[in-house]
Amino acid sequence: MSSTSEKFLVGIFDDEDILLHGVDGIRDKGVKIHEVYTPFPVHGLDEALGYRRSRLPIAAFMFGMTGTILALTMQIWMLGYDWPMIIGGKNFVSLPPFIPVTFELTVLLSALGMVATFFIVSDMKPYKTPRSYDIRSTDDKHVMAIDLASNKLSKEEISRILKDNGASEVNEKNF
Amino acid sequence: MQATSSLRETLITGGKTVRDVSEDISRQVEGKPSRLWWIAFSISLVLLMFGVYCLATVLWEGIGMWGLNKTVGWAWDITNFVWWVGIGHAGTLISAILLLFRQKWRMSINRAAEAMTIFAVICAATFPLVHMGRLWLGLYWVLPLPNTWGSLWANFNSPLLWDVFAITTYFTVSLVFWYIGLIPDFAVIRDRAIRMGNKTRASIYNALSFGWDGAAKTWMRYESVALILAGLSTPLVLSVHTIVSFDFATSVVPGWHTTIFPPYFVAGAIFSGFAMVLTLLIVTRKVFKLEDYITIYHIELMNIVIIITGSIVGIAYITEFFVAWYGQVPSEFYAFYNRATGPYWWAYWSMMTCNVISPQLFWFKKLRTNIVATFVLSIIVNIGMWFERFVIIVTSIHRDYLPSSWSMFYPTLYDVGEYILTFGFFFTAFFLFAKFFPVINMAEVKSIIKSSSEKKH
Repeated sequence: MSSTSEKFLVGIFDDEDILLHGVDGIRDKGVKIHEVYTPFPVHGLDEALGYRRSRLPIAAFMFGMTGTILALTMQIWMLGYDWPMIIGGKNFVSLPPFIPVTFELTVLLSALGMVATFFIVSDMKPYKTPRSYDIRSTDDKHVMAIDLASNKLSKEEISRILKDNGASEVNEKNF
Repeated sequence: MQATSSLRETLITGGKTVRDVSEDISRQVEGKPSRLWWIAFSISLVLLMFGVYCLATVLWEGIGMWGLNKTVGWAWDITNFVWWVGIGHAGTLISAILLLFRQKWRMSINRAAEAMTIFAVICAATFPLVHMGRLWLGLYWVLPLPNTWGSLWANFNSPLLWDVFAITTYFTVSLVFWYIGLIPDFAVIRDRAIRMGNKTRASIYNALSFGWDGAAKTWMRYESVALILAGLSTPLVLSVHTIVSFDFATSVVPGWHTTIFPPYFVAGAIFSGFAMVLTLLIVTRKVFKLEDYITIYHIELMNIVIIITGSIVGIAYITEFFVAWYGQVPSEFYAFYNRATGPYWWAYWSMMTCNVISPQLFWFKKLRTNIVATFVLSIIVNIGMWFERFVIIVTSIHRDYLPSSWSMFYPTLYDVGEYILTFGFFFTAFFLFAKFFPVINMAEVKSIIKSSSEKKH
């Protein structure tokens, strides 16, 4: 933990629709929102906060292609070149019997690679203790954190804006 | 503030709030297990212990302890393998295919169904592993590992090797999908433990929840991951039972060598899987008092899936029989004639009654919305599906081309014992899951509380 204390203003919202309208209203007033913590995925919140679409699908595709290439190269090299064996008088290298393993490895690498990427970009790992702005954010409250250092407006002004836009409580939290 | 559309069916009853969802689902994790739980858990554990004894004997003495002979080289082991893999399919269908189709009713049942998938696949994998005889050499036989012959690689033309890759991938991806879904719910239990001041529980669930904070950005990525995992799991689940059916379909044994197998096996898998989900959930909703989350409407929808897949399976049986006659290949026709009238006629007709006739009873709304009827029929369906695999496997090979090699298969205690082993494991694991993990996906259910829950009056 850094020695410099960070000051946050924490707005609590009871309802996801109020939160969604609130985010628009608060951003229109020029307040920079640090992050919103919700107990369940709120659809449209990412757009309201101006987040770019996740690029995880690209990662999944790349890992999938790695799996495809790896599986095909492995099978063709092993059975076609390294140790060719006559099995039922068939060709050493023929594509159809290699498809099942290729498909499975594509799916396996794609899934594992994407999930690993997700954990890395979201900084998720066992025993990591998250910074909790309000412990109720995993239960039933939507919690909006505003970093006072990155906002020009005063604490009182932001607090008023939050209340005007539907926050049921506004608290201060220092780390 | 709450708006309920008359077009949407109520999925959550009892006027639940978001708060109630955390409370109701976390309660069984936080409280002491009930007497009923202890009794059920102990019975499963006893079954498991008996199974472990049978398994240890088979591993020590060899698979000659089973009732296999020179003609019937595959019987209970592969029957049980196919049966368990099939059961697993419902979990993936619910969590992946229903997610792609945006079916909200999946949200109350996907967690338990996925857990069932994972345990069922472990049970399934036991059989081929033990059938290899020398289990400890298994890794080297099934994986393409370099060896001292320079290297003599595994045969990628064999459907048995495809199975290894299919089952391993299926297990891994299902496990990852399930765990990803659990992370936000572990965080709920972690934060509740912090508020209650229970340090041990807080630290355990803190480790399990990977530092989940519910940030909007993480949720966005999380939803993207869930959607892609669903997209990957959908063809995966179809491929798994297709490949399992290739174990038979690519051979030249009459009764096995048919192109109808892949779709017919997949339909059968979903059929038996949904039956098992119903068996488990009817008990779970009662024991953990989750009637408001897993409603009669959920049960009815699952019963409708059973009618559809049961009818597909029924048509497949009749088509097989018709083609055996229409094809005019004597051995093929005999395989089917022998199934229905030969020494295993009773297995064939049990299969027909349980799988073709019994699910048709669900056309009556009274029956498909009745808990007792559903529970009984779900067990009958699974008995029928076990007989289906037994009939396909044993009746096809016990009398094939060479009448002088014809033989009968009789199971021994160790065949039965290993089946009991998997039951013991399956239920022990399921009860542990139901006690320590949230059995319903809280985050997903919370997200539909406003749109699909019953209004509080």
